[in-house]
Amino acid sequence: MSSNSVILWLKPFIARPIALAGLGVLLATVLAAIFAPWLSPYDPYAIDPLIRLTPPNVTHWFGTDQFGRDTLSRTIHSARMALLIGSGVVVFALATGVPAGVLSALFPRLGHLLMRMVDVLMAFPTLLLALGLIVILSPSVATVILAIGIGYMTTTTRIVYGLTLRLRAETYVEASRSMGAGAAWLISRHILPNLVSPLLVQASFVFAFAQLGAASLDFLGLGAPPDIPSWGNMLAESRTFVTRAPWLLFFPGMMIVATAFSLNLVGDALRDRLDPRFRQVFGEKG
Amino acid sequence: MWSYAFKRAGTTAVTLLAASIIIFAFIHIVPGDPIYVLLGDTATPDQIDALRHQLGLDQPIILQYLTWAGHVLEGDLGRSIFFQAPVLSVIADGAETSILLATMTMIWVAVIGVPIGMIAAVRHGTWLDQGLSGGAMLMASIPTFWVGLYLILIFAAWLGWFPSSGYPSIFEGGVVNLRYLVLPSLALAAPNAALILRLTRASMLDVSREDYVRTARAKGIRPWQVVRRHIWRNALLAVVSAFGFTFAALLSEAVVTETVFALPGIGRLVVQSILRRDYPVIQGVILVIVVVYLLINLIVDLSYRLLDPRVELQ
Repeated sequence: MSSNSVILWLKPFIARPIALAGLGVLLATVLAAIFAPWLSPYDPYAIDPLIRLTPPNVTHWFGTDQFGRDTLSRTIHSARMALLIGSGVVVFALATGVPAGVLSALFPRLGHLLMRMVDVLMAFPTLLLALGLIVILSPSVATVILAIGIGYMTTTTRIVYGLTLRLRAETYVEASRSMGAGAAWLISRHILPNLVSPLLVQASFVFAFAQLGAASLDFLGLGAPPDIPSWGNMLAESRTFVTRAPWLLFFPGMMIVATAFSLNLVGDALRDRLDPRFRQVFGEKG
Repeated sequence: MWSYAFKRAGTTAVTLLAASIIIFAFIHIVPGDPIYVLLGDTATPDQIDALRHQLGLDQPIILQYLTWAGHVLEGDLGRSIFFQAPVLSVIADGAETSILLATMTMIWVAVIGVPIGMIAAVRHGTWLDQGLSGGAMLMASIPTFWVGLYLILIFAAWLGWFPSSGYPSIFEGGVVNLRYLVLPSLALAAPNAALILRLTRASMLDVSREDYVRTARAKGIRPWQVVRRHIWRNALLAVVSAFGFTFAALLSEAVVTETVFALPGIGRLVVQSILRRDYPVIQGVILVIVVVYLLINLIVDLSYRLLDPRVELQ
């Protein structure tokens, strides 16, 4: 990427300090996930009954939980699960939604069939679809990704379909087609490059919703395995100690809110930078 | 209008048919023999043979589907393994809580989301608008169960203003029992009010760019009259239809909230049935929610068309 295009991408963030702050929070989360073992002051799994349910203090900044485990270390380590599930859901939604949407728009007969299937899947509320899949599949991180991802596969397919239909009607695409360009050429030269920006917007929003969805599943006890530290699992475990140890509720919850809010801010800033015709596909005009 | 209504109802019927096939398949896809799935681990060989014959599991799968669909149309959704009772009556027991919770939530959403969205639109571009829109985005980024746990901590544990969990029926304890639903409905309303706020704002801004609004302004009509008579009335349509979709979505979104507040609704029933491996109940709830969801969507679409004849079938 040339320095010119980097500036172009950063432009919406420079104009909006709060979106820049969101980008900063996300960067910090990624760094926390990568360097978790070095950043954490304690082993996130180390149990010490003598200091159980200690409020935040100098040695344990975020306090300790009901097993005496250090909340700060667990909060930092949970960033890994958050990023793993978030990126997993985004990759799944794009890897299925983009081909389905593009091909549906280019081949109307196939499109008719696929879009009807999308309609049927969309008759299932996202959380219900996720719960149904969790019953069928054995509990694991991959199941959580699939269960959340399938709901966003459908919305991504619809968005890509709408965008590709618009692109297909463009004069330069029609010109290329009339000169004998095949589907592969159209897709690789005209459609995919134009989809990059809107898909980045979609990816930020899906990532944000995946954070909230994964936290909900963890909370219900149907998400990531309970022995793995995740913000949702931490909240689920601390539930019974809410009145005695409110700090256990505060820090993991704040991390969920901070990452989801940052992703929404970034998505919003990127969307405002989009071509106005593309913006409509995201259902916001304001 | 009638041809539109028929077409739209036809699409809903086809979607429902396809969805019902998926829901039917659910019992067959879950790990294990459907017979054990339906009867549970404690079934005797006699019971197994009887049910296998009764369900016709030795018959072709298409016949099995038709038999199942026939039962469903008669209101027979099977029997709950855990409750040893018809699934439909188990679901009906949770319906009161779920419907009242969704209704109360919608009242909060309307009271909070719509007026603030209008203010943001009228003050478009000012710091007030940016603050309100940003606040709405923040609200939409907070997990409902986290809001719920904090509401319990503050208003139930510390202040003692509202009960923290459960819901005794209003038919037994009177309308005062609605106080059990105040905190859960507020938690559930938070993200939905945020969405309605943003939608109200966007819809009003959309209408305010119309030619007739500019004409009204050019005629010298007072600004608030333009908002009230020209913008608001037309923007209302999109907002009202969003209310229908939100209500339909609430039935399943309430899963988490009902668990936090231990409410005896349909959402908590699903989670408990998953943990109990009570598959017929899970299947029944999914079916009921999908039917309600599709019907509300159909009604919203048709009433939209009735209120605004310009809308075309897409």
